[in-house]
Amino acid sequence: MALLELHDLNKHFGGLHVTNSVNLALEAGEIHCLIGPNGAGKSTLFRLILGEHHPGSGNIFFAGENITALKSFARIHRGLSVKFQVPGVFKGLSARQNLEIALQSRHRGAELAQEIDRLLAFLGLEAEQVQTAGNLSHGQKQWLEIGMAISLKPRLLLLDEPTAGMSPEETHMTGEMVQRLNAEGMTVLAIEHDMAFVRQVARRVTVLHLGQVFAQGSIQQIVADERVAAIYLGQAHA
Amino acid sequence: MNGLVSLFRSLEGSQTVGRGPGFWALFAIVLAIACAYPLFSDGYTVGNTVYFFVWVFIALSLCLIWGYGGSLSFGQTAFFGIAGYGYGVLTINFGSAYGFTFVALFLAIGMAAMFALLLGYFMFFGRIAGVFLGIVTLAVTLMLERFMAQTAGPEWRIGSARLNGFNGMSAMPPLTIPWPGGPIVLIADIGLYYFVLGLLVLVYLGLRILMNSSFGNVIVAIRENPERAEMLGYDIRKYQLITFVIGAALAGLSGVLYTVWGQYITPSSMGMTAASLPLIWVAVGGRSDLTSTVIGTLVVLAAFQALTIYGSQYALVFMGVLLVLTVLIAPNGLVLGVMNWLSRLISRYRGAK
Ligand SMILES: Nc1ncnc2c1ncn2[C@@H]1O[C@H](COP(=O)(O)OP(=O)(O)OP(=O)(O)O)[C@@H](O)[C@H]1O
Ligand SMILES: [Mg+2]
Repeated sequence: MALLELHDLNKHFGGLHVTNSVNLALEAGEIHCLIGPNGAGKSTLFRLILGEHHPGSGNIFFAGENITALKSFARIHRGLSVKFQVPGVFKGLSARQNLEIALQSRHRGAELAQEIDRLLAFLGLEAEQVQTAGNLSHGQKQWLEIGMAISLKPRLLLLDEPTAGMSPEETHMTGEMVQRLNAEGMTVLAIEHDMAFVRQVARRVTVLHLGQVFAQGSIQQIVADERVAAIYLGQAHA
Repeated sequence: MNGLVSLFRSLEGSQTVGRGPGFWALFAIVLAIACAYPLFSDGYTVGNTVYFFVWVFIALSLCLIWGYGGSLSFGQTAFFGIAGYGYGVLTINFGSAYGFTFVALFLAIGMAAMFALLLGYFMFFGRIAGVFLGIVTLAVTLMLERFMAQTAGPEWRIGSARLNGFNGMSAMPPLTIPWPGGPIVLIADIGLYYFVLGLLVLVYLGLRILMNSSFGNVIVAIRENPERAEMLGYDIRKYQLITFVIGAALAGLSGVLYTVWGQYITPSSMGMTAASLPLIWVAVGGRSDLTSTVIGTLVVLAAFQALTIYGSQYALVFMGVLLVLTVLIAPNGLVLGVMNWLSRLISRYRGAK
């Protein structure tokens, strides 16, 4: 069964048709990558799924339920979670407190402290836990926000450029983490420009171009597609 | 014993400066001095001190909404005025027998809170935030001031309470405790002092518990990044509204206490000057910390009054200079800066040992 279904989604910003009749079905348990040139409307599609923007027309189904009219926080309660493109950490608070705020609704007291320690170790941020999140490196902020996003134990994890600013090794580690989470049952939809990451994790790839679904298939099919090479991969990333 | 330990634990946390036995010992000493102080002073001076204490509640309300919540509100004086006038209207109409003045105190605070609930609902659910929240709350405050100022005519009365326009309302009964041997009237000296001091300690400790709880975590999370907070599953508008209403109730408490202290309330208590002074106390003290706010407010008020002797225009200029200095030297607040410096010093001293 499809976990997430987008039916004919449309979104305009003024005269700009940013999301143009997008249809997309995400199978439960898959890792799906969304690629496409800058300004293709990838992040906008995330914001539509999350309820930060509302579509001009079309519907969004999550686990069979029409969530198009739900508020953002209610969608999170249904099992969605996100890491934004620009790291959205709580800059003035310590790394530890960032995680506490993410974890406190499902754990309390000593159990909460344990859970935070476990997550800090998992993210490799133990030494940075008392540091103000705003002072962390870009990569560390990315990790911290990924940590907050996965701590909700979502059914569907949305990652907007999770490896931006990471070294090739860190990118590979992020890929392994995504695969581990997926093995535990988490469905993942990731926007990514780094093709090494896409090759490593993606079961299926969707190419977005000028707000439209331009191509879809396995990574081999997409890489071999000359039309895709012409609009995107040919430029710098192949 | 365990209960006591967990009580202390809930009073401490990352949202408030000051923790550990040292801090609480100091707190106990300050409290003991505050309790003993009337024994070494005269009624007039004690009454004057109560006047300072009265303002701390509105300062704490701003600390909550602005410092912790990140929403700059000019509306605190509106809630102050509503509760002050509310208390006046209620007690002038229904008197002070049977402990009604305390019922009036709660009802008046309730009026301010209800008004905040309505205003806050439209603002937060209408997604008014940032500068616009400041503008809307300021407009509401000044509108209320203008409205009350034009109620001089005899037709402006609620029951037997005349609103009296710019001259304001006066001669409402002070807080009165019914007592077998004759009612105890809390006029502005020792009796009112202990009552207000007790409230101050309760509110301060209560807010410490609130801000260090998971609720407080969400409030600061919304200040830091509302989008991220919502995407962790928090209904941020609800949290903002609750904080706004709690803040309004605290400002209302200030308003009622001010009214019972001087037995008068005027529209100018909602004017532009009145609306901006609390911002200065809180900014100078350290808006994101409760203790800094309390200390900052009391120190600045005392300095303000000392200067007023030489003319109130100097005192206002002094406040302006103080605000500019704070923004330049310690944007998070002078008192908070000093406290953070002290705690660093102490931890370095401990580390060296
Ligand atoms: N809130 C907005 N108001 C107006 N235009 C917007 C808004 N958000 C995005 N856009 C425009 O919509 C288009 C798609 O933006 P979007 O951020 O979705 O692209 P993207 O595919 O994520 O690009 P990138 O790879 O650079 O992150 C861009 O032209 C952008 O300028
Ligand atoms: Mg983007």
